[in-house]
Amino acid sequence: MMTGPTARPGGTPSPDVSSRGRSSADVSSSDVPSRAVSSSDVPSRDIPSSDVPSRDTPSSDVPSRDTPAAEVSALDSAQRLVADLSPSPAVWCSGLRKRYRRRTAVDDVSLTVGRGEVVGLLGPNGAGKTSVIKMLLGLVRPDAGEVLLLGRPGRDPSSRARVGYLPELFRYQPWLSAAEVLALHVRLTGLTVPAEERQECLATVGLADRATDRVGGFSKGMQQRLGLAVALVARPELVILDEPTSALDPVGRADVRDLVLALKARGVAVLLNSHLIGEVERVCDRVVILDKGRVVASGTLAELLGQRELRLRLDGVDAQAEARLAAAGPLTRTGDTFTVTLPGEQDGGIVPELVADLVRLGVRVHAVEPGRISLEERLLDILRTGPTEEHR
Amino acid sequence: MTARTVFTVAALTIREAARRRVLLALVALTVVLLGLSAFGFSRIDAEFGGLTSGEARLVAALVLNLVMFGLSLTAALGTAFLAGPTLAGETETGIALAVLARPVRRAAVLVGKWLGLVTFGCGFVAVAGLTQLLIVVVTTGYWPPRPVTGLGLLAAQTAVLLTLGLLLSTAVSPMASGIVAVGLFGATWISGVVGAFGEALGNDSVARIGTVSRMLLPTDGLWRGAMNAFQDPSLLVQFQEAFKGHPFLSESALTPTYLAWTGLWVVLALGLAAISFQRRDL
Repeated sequence: MMTGPTARPGGTPSPDVSSRGRSSADVSSSDVPSRAVSSSDVPSRDIPSSDVPSRDTPSSDVPSRDTPAAEVSALDSAQRLVADLSPSPAVWCSGLRKRYRRRTAVDDVSLTVGRGEVVGLLGPNGAGKTSVIKMLLGLVRPDAGEVLLLGRPGRDPSSRARVGYLPELFRYQPWLSAAEVLALHVRLTGLTVPAEERQECLATVGLADRATDRVGGFSKGMQQRLGLAVALVARPELVILDEPTSALDPVGRADVRDLVLALKARGVAVLLNSHLIGEVERVCDRVVILDKGRVVASGTLAELLGQRELRLRLDGVDAQAEARLAAAGPLTRTGDTFTVTLPGEQDGGIVPELVADLVRLGVRVHAVEPGRISLEERLLDILRTGPTEEHR
Repeated sequence: MTARTVFTVAALTIREAARRRVLLALVALTVVLLGLSAFGFSRIDAEFGGLTSGEARLVAALVLNLVMFGLSLTAALGTAFLAGPTLAGETETGIALAVLARPVRRAAVLVGKWLGLVTFGCGFVAVAGLTQLLIVVVTTGYWPPRPVTGLGLLAAQTAVLLTLGLLLSTAVSPMASGIVAVGLFGATWISGVVGAFGEALGNDSVARIGTVSRMLLPTDGLWRGAMNAFQDPSLLVQFQEAFKGHPFLSESALTPTYLAWTGLWVVLALGLAAISFQRRDL
């Protein structure tokens, strides 16, 4: 069975996704990288990726000389249709699998990152997060599955032309200076980025005054900052950050958060793998949770953290009042504090109505505090209880 | 795209070689070797005054080959220990991750590294070898008949060895690839010497050892060709017996077929390295 963000039957479109006109969070498992393409064009593992419709349709799809004229015009119009579509997702992968000898590292992972979307990849150690990232970038060969980066098949190196990457294991040529490392990466990308822009990029990560110093003398934190600059220097449309704050101090972490938000504001898609859940919660539009190589949950934060809590400090609660509380949602009580877990989709009136009813029933209301289930609690809950249909 | 990658990586590799301590070590070793040889050659002239001009030329050619062997050994060690870390080391430390996540083909990166190393190795052989020849001509007045061919073959030997180092480094750790490459180089040279004895004694099966090893790894064959180019051809006529089985004198020049085989060997080894590198999970 296909799991992942592309397979959530019954999922409702979240407002932030639908307002931007992207369907990546809600496409079904058989859906396509570009929306609104008929199902006969659906890319699957059985269809070579070169046939996948996207804005960057490979030239192999161009009609050959002996194609009848009518068909040519049909193909032409089809290609125009495809070209007019909203751009293909920044990342689209389906059914990725990888085994290292006997151990299955990644098992049937499918995920999508829409253009300009920030997606967090979460999961315990050894869940396969880094392996998934490396397969997306062609650093590890998947045993099965398809990858599209910015609409091009992952096997084609040019698919990575507009992709920036900060590896988990970040090391840069110690015999080069920071500025030379950036120049090298720009040259490998085939772009011309003026020196001022490269210098600006170093300044963004706080290395402006170390541009001419050899990387060999850099601390770990500085090397990671340099790695961020490398990921950003070649004007990426997609940035993949694998544990970007592992060597950074609290200030550095805040910098990375601002950086991701700045990328998001510029419409750059970001795939962020981080253990720091708070970080992910603050910057990500959507979260994909991996465990034991499989996607165990995915969705927007609103969907994953749909449940809200309401903490009330009350006295004079009788059986009737308690029944009223229980009617609002699952209830727990410690002393005079009552915690009600409210349903995910609620109208705005539920809390005032509850309070009004309680007052009418003679309850004295001392405090009403809304509480949100944190991503951390949700993650732990998902990882402990295992995937449920609801999560999928 | 591919050509750009190749040249970018080649330039990077040359810069790496120039900035790493390997270059310093190489320069130090070469200076010591050249200094010793300068002293040695000046003593040959001073102490063997009684030699005939033919004998003096033989001794000069022999010692020149001996020193050139030291030089080729230095080049071999230097490039083999550069070739290992540059690929295997980068994959081990993670430097390769950021580079290979760029829109580049792995084969292009590999060829770029190879080109950079070959340029560096050949540059070293040309400069150090030419200096050596000048030392000999100044001290003894001996100038080899085909210096360009000889230096070219020495450079080719270096290229073969670093191709082997690169091939090994796609599969094993950086240090191991350097050690194995130099070990194989030494083993081939010894097999060549053994084979030459076999030829001198008319023992075909022993002679075949040299032939087979020269086919498997062309370093020794190229080395013998280079020695031949550094010798005065008249010596072969004059001192035919001395050449039989001698490790530092060579009877015959290389055939074009052997040179073609060497070229093919390099292409095959590089292709194999590219396949091995392409399949590797980083």
